[in-house]
Amino acid sequence: MTTRSIGHSVQRREDPRLVTGNGRYLDDLGRDALAAAFVRSPHAHATITGIDITDAWEVDGVEAIYTFEDLDELMARPLPVLIPHPALTHPRTCLALADTEVNHVGEPVVMVVARDRYVAEDAAARIVVSYETKPVVVGVAAAREAALAVHDDVPDNVAAHLIQEVGDVDAALACSPHRLTIPLTIERSACMPMEGKGVYAVWDRDDASMRMWSSTQTSTGVRAAVAARLGIPLARIQCMAPDVGGGFGVKINHPWPEELLVPWAARALGRPVKWAEDRREHFVSSAHERQQLQEVEVGFDDDGRILALDVKVWHDNGAYTPYGIIVPIITATQLLGPYKPGTYRCEFWSLYTNTVIVTPYRGAGRPQGVFAMERTMDAIAAFLGKDRTEVRSTNFILPQDMPYDHGLMFQDGRPLKYDSGDFPASLAKLKALVGWDDFAAYREQAEAEGRKVGLGIGCYVEGTGVGPYEGGHVHVETSGQVFVATGLTSQGQGHETAFAQIVADELGVRFEDVHVTTGDTRRMPYAVGTFASRAAVMSGNAVAAAAKVVREKALRIAADALEANPDDLEIEDGVISVKGAPDTQISLSTVAVLSNPLRYAFDDAAKAATQFAGTFDPDKPPVAEGDEPGLEGKGFYSPTQATFANGMHAAIVETDPVTAEIRILRYCVVHDCGVMINPLIVEGQVHGGVAQGVGGALYERMAYDESGQLLNASFMDFLVPYASEVPFIETDHLETPSPLNPLGIKGAGEAGTIPVSAVLASAIEDAEGFPILSMPISPSELWELRRQRASAAAHSATTEGDR
Amino acid sequence: MIPSSFEYVAPTSVEDALAALAEAGDEGKVLAGGQSLLPVLRMRLNAPEKVIDLGRVEGLRGIREDGDTIVIGAMTTHDEVANSELVKEHAALLAKATAEVADPQIRHRGTLGGAIVHADPAGDLGAPVLALDAEMVIAGPGGERTVAAKDFFTDLFETAVGDGELLTAIRIPKHTGWGAHYEKFVRVAHQWSIVGVAATVKADGGTISEAKIGLTNMGSTPLRAASVEAALAGKSASDVADACSSAADGTNPPSDLNGDADYRRHLATVLTSRAVAAAAAG
Ligand SMILES: Cc1cc2nc3c(=O)[nH]c(=O)nc-3n(C[C@H](O)[C@H](O)[C@H](O)COP(=O)(O)OP(=O)(O)OC[C@H]3O[C@@H](n4cnc5c(N)ncnc54)[C@H](O)[C@@H]3O)c2cc1C
Repeated sequence: MTTRSIGHSVQRREDPRLVTGNGRYLDDLGRDALAAAFVRSPHAHATITGIDITDAWEVDGVEAIYTFEDLDELMARPLPVLIPHPALTHPRTCLALADTEVNHVGEPVVMVVARDRYVAEDAAARIVVSYETKPVVVGVAAAREAALAVHDDVPDNVAAHLIQEVGDVDAALACSPHRLTIPLTIERSACMPMEGKGVYAVWDRDDASMRMWSSTQTSTGVRAAVAARLGIPLARIQCMAPDVGGGFGVKINHPWPEELLVPWAARALGRPVKWAEDRREHFVSSAHERQQLQEVEVGFDDDGRILALDVKVWHDNGAYTPYGIIVPIITATQLLGPYKPGTYRCEFWSLYTNTVIVTPYRGAGRPQGVFAMERTMDAIAAFLGKDRTEVRSTNFILPQDMPYDHGLMFQDGRPLKYDSGDFPASLAKLKALVGWDDFAAYREQAEAEGRKVGLGIGCYVEGTGVGPYEGGHVHVETSGQVFVATGLTSQGQGHETAFAQIVADELGVRFEDVHVTTGDTRRMPYAVGTFASRAAVMSGNAVAAAAKVVREKALRIAADALEANPDDLEIEDGVISVKGAPDTQISLSTVAVLSNPLRYAFDDAAKAATQFAGTFDPDKPPVAEGDEPGLEGKGFYSPTQATFANGMHAAIVETDPVTAEIRILRYCVVHDCGVMINPLIVEGQVHGGVAQGVGGALYERMAYDESGQLLNASFMDFLVPYASEVPFIETDHLETPSPLNPLGIKGAGEAGTIPVSAVLASAIEDAEGFPILSMPISPSELWELRRQRASAAAHSATTEGDR
Repeated sequence: MIPSSFEYVAPTSVEDALAALAEAGDEGKVLAGGQSLLPVLRMRLNAPEKVIDLGRVEGLRGIREDGDTIVIGAMTTHDEVANSELVKEHAALLAKATAEVADPQIRHRGTLGGAIVHADPAGDLGAPVLALDAEMVIAGPGGERTVAAKDFFTDLFETAVGDGELLTAIRIPKHTGWGAHYEKFVRVAHQWSIVGVAATVKADGGTISEAKIGLTNMGSTPLRAASVEAALAGKSASDVADACSSAADGTNPPSDLNGDADYRRHLATVLTSRAVAAAAAG
């Protein structure tokens, strides 16, 4: 009896390859390719007055040097605005190579192609670009002030301004019994995948076709973009994502300048060309996220019920807006979490600064939104002297409210309508897990030992699995082995395992016999990409649909062969048999043979499908009308809306009374992503997410100086948490299946990251007894806050005394 | 992040290394464990024409006793220093500080000599070497000379090792029986010191008779906390906080992403009393 694979913690089958150094990453490809290197702007804002490349040609091994002047008409256009939006009134994108102006340190200006990377960098070092520097806008506060402009034709630095309002917020505020105003700040951080970006392109001159590989989260997107800019028909270009060493969002933006320039140069030179981003390049020429200033005004009643929530967000979008305003839209909508305020208004300004562009980073605007909402919940609780979980409960959307429509438009242009979730149940689980009600006793005991501890909480809802669609292709070969393809890419999430589990169950074959390919446009040219915790929901349901098609076909062919009714057949471990008469059976591999009538026998199995084998009815065409040869099928999944996962985290921290070090003693997660295909993988995603969240809360920030130089553009200075800093993570799961898709899945990829800054701010605040309004926070900053409070207290004590 | 091209030589004797260095002049650079030099080359902050690898030079690696002194070859790795019975017994402070450097991979490559000559103010080994009153043995075209640790660190990334010279050994007077502790303050485990305090004390029956304290990253060079050392003499090992309150006097710590100067001064006093208490305890 086959046991179902879905729901089991199957070991990830990609791990042996990846952890033994047998992964095949971008830089492992194209050993003999020419290498590209880039001269990048050393200035945050400048006019280019001249480029002298003569010296660089002296270097032996240089094959080509390109500046903007060399680009043809299509390549010379600004990069596309990938996600236009009516509120994005002033979109700006960069050029593949800068022409007259650069707007952030790291912007590409000259491309060098040479025998190898050593030569390319030697030559790049000899290129002299002259600049006239311009005043710079660094930080969202400066952008908002708009004393200076990033783009001359956008004098207020506002790329987009959007207001969404549900109900009459002003009226509700006016009659709220209590009101609070809370100013908040979140710093810049970045995805920082272990593997940077990379592109490798091979142009086949005779065939006039391109094969390219990119370390991307969307190979179909890259393919389409390159086809458009190089003027190549889609039929003549294929794009593959090899093993990708992490993406976390930064590799969904496309096409990067390098993604166009490398294939363009490969075609121009008729030679394979490769570029692999180095760490410094990644810091200054990929993407960042997170910086926002926020102002929350909230009106509430004596129970802590929110009557009016009015949020203003100033969002730093960096120098350009290729990915539109997805991040602030998500902040504005997902801020609401599991709560239903009486009225809600969110107004945001997306602002230009002379810094690296901002595109989604795991969580994608949600960490900021959750920070705003959860800080507000804590502020209300503090104001009313109520338990923080009680205030949250008062505001929860209840299971009987589902589906719950907030009346807002989500990032996919569709209504923000929650499909499922049981927030009171999640909270009850979390309180039990962390021991919420016993914490007072623990704190008392800690205080007696001279220790300072605090308990924090944060809740979130995450719209996952946004459309438009994904596809799956399932092919049973005559060996009985099943090959599955889906177009979205993998960056280490375990897709090869999870999708194989789904197909094994749907088709009735052994997990071991299913092989999954992702992100290869040759195998599945229709796809969107891996982002927004959508892979399991979208491709999971798509490969399930494809497997169903194949199953039906297999049963039909088997029914013919066994002279049985298809309804009486079942498939188990790759064998089709008549229910109740297991001896009447045929293997899936034989069915695969029969599905493809042959003229030529290339092996023993194929003989059975040839024209003199007597297998086929001479009165019928070998392939029936409307049918296709081969035991294969396609399926697509395209939902009407996102499905909403949710979770709640709690942490206990200890802050050193003397040094202000912050230590996480416990970290607890309750997570609801609906049906779990593979709990081990979900757990891993949560762990990784929390680790990244801890980074965002306690370590990571992009330190720009006033001239727009990134001071910490290396792993020596940009701190990320290592295993030594990530707490032990305790998890519990609630499975409320999504009613929106056949498998009942909701996404899990980003969840762990989303509330961590809010949770740790809550816990530090609880330990310290004063508000934490800005994250991340370092021991030095916490110490400084203590010092300010102490001197303010001393000051007010003296003024008291004076009276 | 690829170095510009350079010539690589691997001499096998100090003489040959010095000759190679002399020949290269300004364009030569010595390579020890490469843990600091390679990042510098890869970021093209330095582009020497010739890299002289000391890895095969006879006699630069190893730890031995010489009367009242422990002699550590410049090319001895951090891992060897941290695990050496001789160092643990006679210069426990250095063994303990070295165990706090970076991570195991780097400790298997990086060398004591390299760390000392690199003289990064946030590096952990200057302070213990200074506190232990070590002497640096420098070989040059004119022969060998010895420089006391207090005269060795001249400025940010600057030492008494001149152009065309090599550090060959570090000589440490035995501090047998002294308690020692290195208190390193970092935010993530493998990080360079935000502040570090190297303390070694001689205590008889709970009373400190002598204390030596070096500070990491409290100025452009490693520093001795002389006033604390003086204040500790004769103090009970269980009550050192007061004596340590002047640890930051005369320091000039940097302000950076990990903390501003005030915070570092605060840390220096706190960490000094922690380090001294721990050193006195064992
Ligand atoms: C990720 C990382 C983390 C680190 N963390 C720490 C830390 O926490 N604490 C810490 O103290 N250190 C840390 N280090 C530095 C490490 O200790 C290095 O090993 C040390 O700074 C340099 O030693 P090296 O043998 O690698 O020298 P190299 O890098 O080979 O050389 C360093 C410099 O010294 C010169 N030099 C080397 N040997 C001699 C010699 N015998 N005579 C003359 N000149 C010489 C070289 O020319 C070069 O300028 C870290 C390094 C890395 C990469």
